Amino acid sequence: MSAALRLVDLTVTYDRHPAVHHVSAEIPGAEMTAIVGPNGAGKSTLLKALMGLAPRIEGRIECTARRIAYLPQQAEIDRSFPISVLDTVLLGRWARFGGFGAASRSDIHDTRHALAAVGLAGFERRPIDTLSVGQFQRVLFARLLLQDADLVLLDEPFAAIDSRTVADLMEVIKRWRAERRTVVAVLHDLDQVRRDFPNTLLMARELVDAGPTREVLSTENLRRARAMAEAWDERADACEAPMRLSA
Amino acid sequence: MLFDILIAPFAEFGFMRRALVASLALAVGGSSIGVFLILRRMSLMGDALAHALLPGAALGFLLGGLSLPAMSLGGFLAGIATALISGIVARFSSMREDASFAAAYLTAMALGVLIVSMRGSAVDLMNILFGAILAVDDAALILVVSTATATLVGLAAIYRPLVVECFNPGFLAAMGIRGALYHYLFLALAVLNMVAGFQALGTLMALGLILLPAVAASFWAREVWSMTLIAAPMAFASAAVGLLVSFHAGLPSGPVIVLCASLFFLGSLLLGARASVRARLSRPAHLRG
Repeated sequence: MSAALRLVDLTVTYDRHPAVHHVSAEIPGAEMTAIVGPNGAGKSTLLKALMGLAPRIEGRIECTARRIAYLPQQAEIDRSFPISVLDTVLLGRWARFGGFGAASRSDIHDTRHALAAVGLAGFERRPIDTLSVGQFQRVLFARLLLQDADLVLLDEPFAAIDSRTVADLMEVIKRWRAERRTVVAVLHDLDQVRRDFPNTLLMARELVDAGPTREVLSTENLRRARAMAEAWDERADACEAPMRLSA
Repeated sequence: MLFDILIAPFAEFGFMRRALVASLALAVGGSSIGVFLILRRMSLMGDALAHALLPGAALGFLLGGLSLPAMSLGGFLAGIATALISGIVARFSSMREDASFAAAYLTAMALGVLIVSMRGSAVDLMNILFGAILAVDDAALILVVSTATATLVGLAAIYRPLVVECFNPGFLAAMGIRGALYHYLFLALAVLNMVAGFQALGTLMALGLILLPAVAASFWAREVWSMTLIAAPMAFASAAVGLLVSFHAGLPSGPVIVLCASLFFLGSLLLGARASVRARLSRPAHLRG
C-alpha cells in the first residue's frame, strides 16, 4: 500500500512552543487512519499543518493527494452567520467556480443530492443558525462530499454529536474508503477507533506509535502517551535537535 | 399641507436637495458596508476607525484650510494607516485587534483635536466633529456619489470571498485564498465611506447611517444580500425624515438623522422577525415536527 502522506521530522510551533515535535510517520493511501492522543497533543495542529494553515513548520510534508478536503472543529465557524444551508454546502464546489464565477445548474443539483445523502433533504433554504449541532455537522459533511477530494481530513468529526448522527456520518466515511479516498480523522473515542479505523497514529506532541490500530492502541502505548502529556513543561529550553533551514 | 411638510423644503431650497441626494448616496453605499461591519463583529472597531480619520482631516485642514479634497484625502490616508497599523500590531504582538484599534483611535482623536485647535476656531472644530450635511456643495456631492458607486461595484466584486471570510475563514484559507487581502479591501471601502460620511455627519457620527440601519436590518433578514437590501431603504428613510424634521424644527440635521436611524433600530429590536423582543415574547404554537 503506498503512502498518501509522509511526515518527515515535522515540527510545528506556536510562539516557539512545539505543538508537534519531530514527528515522522506515513499515512497509507485509500485507507482510514485515526489520529489519537490526549488534549494538547497537537492533533488538530497536525491537520492544520497538512492543510498548509499552520504558522511555522520545520521538517517536511510529502503529499500525493491532488485535492484535500478539511473538516474543521465547529468552533472555528460562525454558526450565527446569516447564510442558508444550500449556500453553505455549495461552497464545496469552490474549486470549480472560485470566488467570482457562477454556480452551474449541475452544481446546485449535486448540492441537493449531497444534502439528501446526509439526510437533510428539504433543508436547502433553512438558515444555518436554526440547525442543531448534529444537523450542522451533516451540512459540513455534505460540503465535503461536494469537494470530491482524494484526501479527507476530519478534525473531531463526532464531538458532541448523538449516536444516530455518528452512525450516519460513519457510513459516509466508509463510502469514501470504498471509493479509494484517504481519510484521516482526529478522534477521542477509542472504542470507535478500534471498531472502524484500521490504522492509527498515536501522538503526544511527539509520535508514540503509528501503524495497525490493534498494535498502536496497546495498553503500554496509551500509558506512555499519558505520561508524556503529564511531563509537558511550559518553560522548556530550546530543543537540542539540529534546526533545519526551511527552503 | 402635506406638500408643505414633505416636498416644499426640497423644492424651494437647493441645499436641501443636495443634502437629500447626498444622503441617498450615503445610504446606498454605507448601509451595505455596515452589514459587513456587523457580520465581521467589527461595529465598534468601525467606530474607532471613523474617529481615527480626524487627525488626517485635521492635517488637511491645517495645510489647505476648509477644503474638501485636502481634508478628504487626509482623512482617507489616516483611516487606512490606522487600519493597517492596528492589523499589523495585532498580527505581530499578542495584543487583540480591538484593543490595538482602541489605542490607535484614542491617539488619533487627541492628535486631531490638537491640530485643529492650533489653527482653526471652535466653529471649524464643530464642523469637522459633527459635519454639515446642509453645507454639501457640488464637489462634496460628487465625492459622496462616487464613493457609493465604488462601494457597490467593489462589494459586488469581492462579495463571495468576503462572505466566506466572515463565516468560515478556515475554509477560504484551505481553498488557498488569502482572506486578509479581502479583509483589507473591505476596510479600504469602509474608510472611503466614512470619509464620505464625515462631510455630512462628522467624524463622531459618520457611522450612524452606516451601522444603525444595518443593525436594524439584521432583525429582519435571513441572508446577507437581503440584509443589505433592507438596510439601504432604512438608511435613506432616516436621512430624508431627519432632514425634514431638522428643517421644520430648526434642529441640527446630523444628530436628528442619526436619531431617526436609531428609531428604526429600536422598532426592529422590538418588532423584527428574528431575535427581536416580539419574537422572544410571542409563543406561536409549536410545529408537529
